Amino acid sequence: MVGTKVRERPDTGQDVLVAPPTEVAAARATGDDDFEALESIISARHLDFFYGKEQALFDNNLEIKKNRVTAVIGPSGCGKSTHIRTYNRIYELYRDHKATGEVIFDGRNVLAPGTDLLDLRRRMGMIFQKPSPFPMTVFDNVAYGLRQHYRLSRSELADRVEDALKRSALWDEVKHKLGEPGVALSGGQQQRLCIARCIATEPDVVLMDEPASAIDPVATSKIEELMESLKENYTIVIVTHNMQQAARVSDYTAFFYEGHIVEFGPTTQIFSNPQQKQTEDYITGRFS
Amino acid sequence: MSTVELDVRNQAGLPRGAAKAAPRTHRSFGDPAFRVITLICGLAVAIAMFTLAGVLIFNSWTAISELGVGFLTTVAWAPSNGRYGALAALAGTAMTTAVAMLIAVPLALVIALLLTELVPPGIARVVGTGIEMLAAIPSFIFGMWGLFVLVPFMQESVAPWVTESWLGQVPLIRPGATFQGGGFSILTAGLVLALMVLPYITAFSRDVLLMVPRVTKEAGYGMGSTTWEVLRRISLRYALSGIVGATFIGLGRALGETMAVAYLVGGDFLTVPKSLFDPGTTVASLIALQFNEATTALDVSALTALGLVLFVITMVFQVVAHVWLRRSQRTAGGRA
Repeated sequence: MVGTKVRERPDTGQDVLVAPPTEVAAARATGDDDFEALESIISARHLDFFYGKEQALFDNNLEIKKNRVTAVIGPSGCGKSTHIRTYNRIYELYRDHKATGEVIFDGRNVLAPGTDLLDLRRRMGMIFQKPSPFPMTVFDNVAYGLRQHYRLSRSELADRVEDALKRSALWDEVKHKLGEPGVALSGGQQQRLCIARCIATEPDVVLMDEPASAIDPVATSKIEELMESLKENYTIVIVTHNMQQAARVSDYTAFFYEGHIVEFGPTTQIFSNPQQKQTEDYITGRFS
Repeated sequence: MSTVELDVRNQAGLPRGAAKAAPRTHRSFGDPAFRVITLICGLAVAIAMFTLAGVLIFNSWTAISELGVGFLTTVAWAPSNGRYGALAALAGTAMTTAVAMLIAVPLALVIALLLTELVPPGIARVVGTGIEMLAAIPSFIFGMWGLFVLVPFMQESVAPWVTESWLGQVPLIRPGATFQGGGFSILTAGLVLALMVLPYITAFSRDVLLMVPRVTKEAGYGMGSTTWEVLRRISLRYALSGIVGATFIGLGRALGETMAVAYLVGGDFLTVPKSLFDPGTTVASLIALQFNEATTALDVSALTALGLVLFVITMVFQVVAHVWLRRSQRTAGGRA
């Protein structure tokens, strides 16, 4: 593994090397959370995943705490995205993708047969790496899930759309453009539009799969601010390549390597005092 | 450092005299030359269009000046009686094309959606290739098939059964005065036309549906949509402009198709069909069948005027399609 490049995105993180531990600790004091006492909203247990015959996840065990931000970090190809894509069973769109083990959400194993996928996916919204506005107006994008899951009057719908756009910090930028196509917005705006579309249906969890890797730094910081405010009402799981981002936004961090969860703990601890050598090597950029 | 290395390699590998590569000259000619060539080709298309329109107008001028608007409002085409009417043929074209499109477009869309979203890739490839091969069959063959298979079937089974049931009292189905048993009829021609345009519309629609980005579809499923909702609200919206384009390609073909229709439609140049089971004619088949019998200058000119009418109709449809597409893109923002 000599010379493995950790930084893959010079466009977004000019310097992915993490800030000195003390700074991180000062910026976020989340170590006083009592991890054991907090309610887990998602528990992955003995989770394995297969692309055809190739195994991509090995015995993953992870507790996602309610109303906290959990970051999933690790080099590319380590299974970060694969892991969170089991939570809403989106991987099932592809024939030879299989997950075994358990993902307990709200007391039930979502991987078990008989799960109501439509409701599961409403309750676990997903934001993708590339902004994915639907081919319709800004308003219709946000109203998409509302129309699908709820029976609302016209005025209720308009109120909910406005509310979702405000909570996504996008309202002021698009209030005069509600009738324009979603794809006409800038990349960063499109991503916030997707967040608005997602939270409009009142999910419990928002899964973010590298939400800021395709947008510029200013837009990225807006999304990070947004996550801070969204955390009051939602549980957020964010996959990211950018370790500074993980350190800035998350309460807990899981480090993935080659399909295994190497280390999981409070973000401050992972970044200031990692217990595993691999974790330390990764976050200090000395990956070997 | 690099010079040294180059020298070494030259002595080792390259033939004498090639030691110093000459700098390439004239590279700057590439772009202007390319521009000129593309300009010529582009202009050629435009010139061909305008020349075509010009020749059509010029050659039909005698008919236009002598017959005037009456050409379009007169029903029958009976040159021996001095009557040149396009109305019967226009009505026949409209009816056969409508039948063809009403059947082919929904069917093509369903097949395209099945092939792109629901059927396992292996089967989709086989079926898709089969459909593309259907597009390669000459129209003559479709005409023969219609003549030997569909005409007797319509005549013996479908037409009697339908016209004698309660359906036989419904307008457009109730046989008119020219009814000849329903074998050679607007419906038969329309059905064969549907079969002919189906592969085009299916193949183009499938191609545009395949271009819907994976992440957009995943986002749809991620919102808790059913397959049907993703297809209808996202994939179809995304591919809409391409599908409309595909439909117009099919429409153009249906409007202009000559031989297969000429065999099957019945060749009644005199009346506007009252029923789908009545015989009739279309603009294109009328031109094809009458050209050999055109004797006077006016005969030829009138037939050319028919061609001009067909030309204008297809142009109008193209323009309408473009305007409509541009408007729908402004609100939906789908791909062009």
